[in-house]
Amino acid sequence: MSAAIDYLLHLADNALVLGQRNAEWCGHGPILEEDIALSNVSLDLIGQARLLYQLVATLKGGDCTEDKLAYFRETHEFRNYTLLELPHHGPLSGYAQSDLDYGTTIVRNFLYSALMALLWEALEKSANADLAAIAAKSLKEVRYHLRHSRDWLVRLGDGTDESHARVQASLDHLFPYTQEFWVQSPAEAAAIAAGIGVDVTTLRADWDAIVDAALAEATLQRPAVGGYVTEGKRGIHSEHLGFLLAEMQSLARAHPNGVW
Amino acid sequence: MYTQSFNVPDNAGGKTVPLAPSTEDPVLQAAFDARIDADGRIEPQDWMPEAYRKTLVRQISQHAHSEIVGMLPEGNWISRAPSLKRKAILIAKVQDEGGHGLYLYSAAETLGTSRDQMLDGLHSGRAKYSSIFNYPTLTWADVGVIGWLVDGAAIMNQVPLCRCSYGPYARAMVRVCKEESFHQRQGYEALLVMMTGTDEQKAMVQDAVNRWWWKCLAMFGPPDADSPNSALGMRWGIKRVSNDELRQKFVDATVPQAKVLGVTLPDPDLKWNEERQHYDYGQIDWAEFWETVNGNGPCNKERLATRVKAHNDGQWVRDAALAHAAKKQAREMRDAA
Repeated sequence: MSAAIDYLLHLADNALVLGQRNAEWCGHGPILEEDIALSNVSLDLIGQARLLYQLVATLKGGDCTEDKLAYFRETHEFRNYTLLELPHHGPLSGYAQSDLDYGTTIVRNFLYSALMALLWEALEKSANADLAAIAAKSLKEVRYHLRHSRDWLVRLGDGTDESHARVQASLDHLFPYTQEFWVQSPAEAAAIAAGIGVDVTTLRADWDAIVDAALAEATLQRPAVGGYVTEGKRGIHSEHLGFLLAEMQSLARAHPNGVW
Repeated sequence: MYTQSFNVPDNAGGKTVPLAPSTEDPVLQAAFDARIDADGRIEPQDWMPEAYRKTLVRQISQHAHSEIVGMLPEGNWISRAPSLKRKAILIAKVQDEGGHGLYLYSAAETLGTSRDQMLDGLHSGRAKYSSIFNYPTLTWADVGVIGWLVDGAAIMNQVPLCRCSYGPYARAMVRVCKEESFHQRQGYEALLVMMTGTDEQKAMVQDAVNRWWWKCLAMFGPPDADSPNSALGMRWGIKRVSNDELRQKFVDATVPQAKVLGVTLPDPDLKWNEERQHYDYGQIDWAEFWETVNGNGPCNKERLATRVKAHNDGQWVRDAALAHAAKKQAREMRDAA
């Protein structure tokens, strides 16, 4: 039971945190069509998060709800990849401010969607029937997210000199965070042992193939990685998640007995 | 979300208004007039008087700008929505407004004006948008009240536009109205739920109603007696119902809804008039309305600067898409050769 809960929270937190980030573009997109597209991606992710949190709430029982899980857990209790909580710009300290950068958004959505297109497909065979059903629904959505972000990655990489340089810089910034995908957490190990989860390392060659083909078409260089591997999925986050959650949870926590 | 009717006001006389002297071809003009009189539709390929075309471009682009600027006040609460369900609803709603902007820019483009030209009008401050979006959203209850009252007022304005004489605009409005009607109900439902909650939540709803009520009444535009260039809008079948008629309809529909919700509408003069069979209401502050329309409301500068910034920050993305498309086309032509 606990193995399933921890694993489901990892999947749910990924979806919620990236959904929250992508929604920051709503009203500020580079062109109206992209404003609408990013809102759509965000809606899909928040929808996935809700289904997964609802499943956790059912497994936990008592008075647990999707909103208790989203709004009343602390930063260190979140189990998302660090990649997904980063702001839409280059590397800066937690309280530094910068403009939203569409290249960062596109690169992140691409790297994550490429993984999830494989992971959701594998999770369709999860021993947990509810998770398998969520995976089937999410797979349809993430295939669109992958197509959208890949198309834009190619446009930006093979666009102008400026766009090429900007999106290469985003790639250089974000690529090291993908190392976290391949280091198994205790929650993942337990879920694999229980037949609920998937060993992500078995997806790595396919992920590399998707990424390398897109980078070649976009005329971008795959950055070398090494050094520090982030541990967001073990609850050890960047400086950025605290700010994201402080904002997201503020109203719900100001009215703990409120009904919405 | 909607366009307020200050640019094409009304005239109770409707089609009895005499035509302005026209320099257009009399035969084409007569055919156009006959189609309007028969309640027919004008389509993009049809001949139309230049003044009709200009009026439509102005109104439809103002409407489109209003949708896009209107994303900002509600977008202000997406990151802080108090439940995941409300967050999803709000994103979907704000996204709908973006979609409305898209249909409307497309409808206006059929009249020969590009989206870039229209955006330039907005960003340079020449083009207007609905002044309601120049007020701030201060609490979460504002999101519900905007749905209930602002979208409610918008529907009153927009439903007659589904019968507008220009085909692409009328057809866009059919879809827009369906979505706005859904938005209105979701806003009201969100408030109904909040009114079952804590005292703080109830106070939040009442406060939001107090701040938005009068702004919503002003959304219908100046009183009929003060509407300047109205006759042609009616004559051409672009505007169908007068500002004051629409405003009265809105007040009459809203009073019972406020009662069910359990809030007070902030107007001591609001009372049923047995003789008129309508609610009487107090005096709207038109000085404040015109100040806001003319750029001096609480958020005019912020709203416009935010749109301009998004557009400018996105320039490199749009440039990249065009450059890539050109490269791709050149490669395809080379491969085909």
